[in-house]
Amino acid sequence: MSDALLPAAFAALEPWARTWCLATEPERWARRLASPMPELQAFYDAFFPRAEEAIAWCERFPLDDLPADALRLLQLLHSLLMVSYAVEVWRQPEVVDCGSARIDRIREPRP
Amino acid sequence: MARFARPPEGSWTAHHPELGTGLVSFEDSVSPAFFEQEREAIFKRAWLNVGRVEQLDRDGTFFTKDLPGVGTSILVTRAADGRIRALHNVCRHRGNKLVWDGTPRGEACGRARQLVCRYHGWRYGLDGVCTYVHQENEFFGLRKDALGLAPVHCDTWAGFIFVNLAREPEWSLRDYLGPMVGALEGYPFERMTERYSFRAENGSNWKIFVDAFQEYYHVAPLHTHQLGPTPEARNPEYPFEAAHYQIDGPHRMVSTSGTHKHTWPKEHLYPAEALTRSGNTGPWDAPDLGPLAGVNPSGTSRWGIDNFQVFPNLEMLIYERGWYVTYRYWPTSHHTHVFEGDLHFAPARTARERLAHEYAALTFKEYGLQDCGTLDGTQMGLEQRAFAEFPLCDQEILVRHFHKTVGDWVEAWRERAAEATR
Repeated sequence: MSDALLPAAFAALEPWARTWCLATEPERWARRLASPMPELQAFYDAFFPRAEEAIAWCERFPLDDLPADALRLLQLLHSLLMVSYAVEVWRQPEVVDCGSARIDRIREPRP
Repeated sequence: MARFARPPEGSWTAHHPELGTGLVSFEDSVSPAFFEQEREAIFKRAWLNVGRVEQLDRDGTFFTKDLPGVGTSILVTRAADGRIRALHNVCRHRGNKLVWDGTPRGEACGRARQLVCRYHGWRYGLDGVCTYVHQENEFFGLRKDALGLAPVHCDTWAGFIFVNLAREPEWSLRDYLGPMVGALEGYPFERMTERYSFRAENGSNWKIFVDAFQEYYHVAPLHTHQLGPTPEARNPEYPFEAAHYQIDGPHRMVSTSGTHKHTWPKEHLYPAEALTRSGNTGPWDAPDLGPLAGVNPSGTSRWGIDNFQVFPNLEMLIYERGWYVTYRYWPTSHHTHVFEGDLHFAPARTARERLAHEYAALTFKEYGLQDCGTLDGTQMGLEQRAFAEFPLCDQEILVRHFHKTVGDWVEAWRERAAEATR
């Protein structure tokens, strides 16, 4: 499949890759807050059991020289961690008891 | 039952009799008039941290730092001579703000041989010397060599860049920091070059947010989720005790045991914590940094975190797992401030390390939002002035010391101002 985003071993996650391969925290944060809980749960349920395997895949390459598909897999892992807070901790997309507060991540390492 | 020994006087607070144990006023955090005095008495006298040397990693680099509470924008540069300087970010010609990004309120950083004022095209070297005046022959007796940018007192300590806005600082930076903070001089800050930066505009006096991070008495009730997913881990009535408190002049610190989640059974962890081997107190697998200078001054065997509060507005959190965090609080009015949080790690070498750092950075923001979220409520409550004074417990000793120090500085400044007009 020529238009695959992820390594072939992770083909089952392709439907999630279209929306969750996001390079920056502000994009992942915005996506989490804009997603209904069942969708966050479905992404989490589909990916979390394979997360360790995905990390091991990314570890086959130097961090600063990841092939494009492994880089997208790493971005998907970043999104999984973003979603994990909604699923495991708050049981809602927003932080519990955060009022109207906002904290922006204005700098981060890449990838 | 006390988990950690307290001073012979029976409490940390009694160990510092000048602090007293009485009720404390927070009028200093709701009064516009007090804020006006605080700007002069504190922010124009104290040494203020504006960044790290890693932000100027080559000759010819610069960044701007806006200090809105004192109406000042600073240009921090590393010129071709390698020296780090601070300059007022203002053109000598007609007073235009010299460097910004996007809008005059946007902070900028970069690399340049010279800085050009966009108004009339005057140019300056990164050492502040004026190098070009557009249509110089139209001016009257202009001496370009006397028209440089205005310098600001600047010094570095352990890679931290500080400025002082006083005409003549009352202390050298080292004397100002004192022995307790100064003992961190040999800590390997320079190895932790991977930085995650956060910024928030908060609806409270700057000191109210400092207070939120200089006591851990609030952690179990406010951040119940932080401890873990199980009722055993998540006990809002869990009693908090710090291992050690220390005060040195205007500065203060607290050592705590932290949660040491890497020693917990898996069933009390969130699955993502177990997956990433990371969380609230950072990545579990610490880099090998060798001996860590200046940390854990009491030598507690269950050391987890040191929290150094460098007066007035810098906090340094140093974790047992080999990473550190800085917080800075910049007042913008008596009831608003800008908060900056920076997480520093030894650079990730693998995808697994990257994800451990990412999960620590996520955790910082998730629980930090709870702290920010309660701030508006605290400020609103204090401004209601339903109570004039408030009780503080022994675990809130640093809050007590901070407000006393702020009051002492403002009082000393008032006295000096009164003397000057006599």
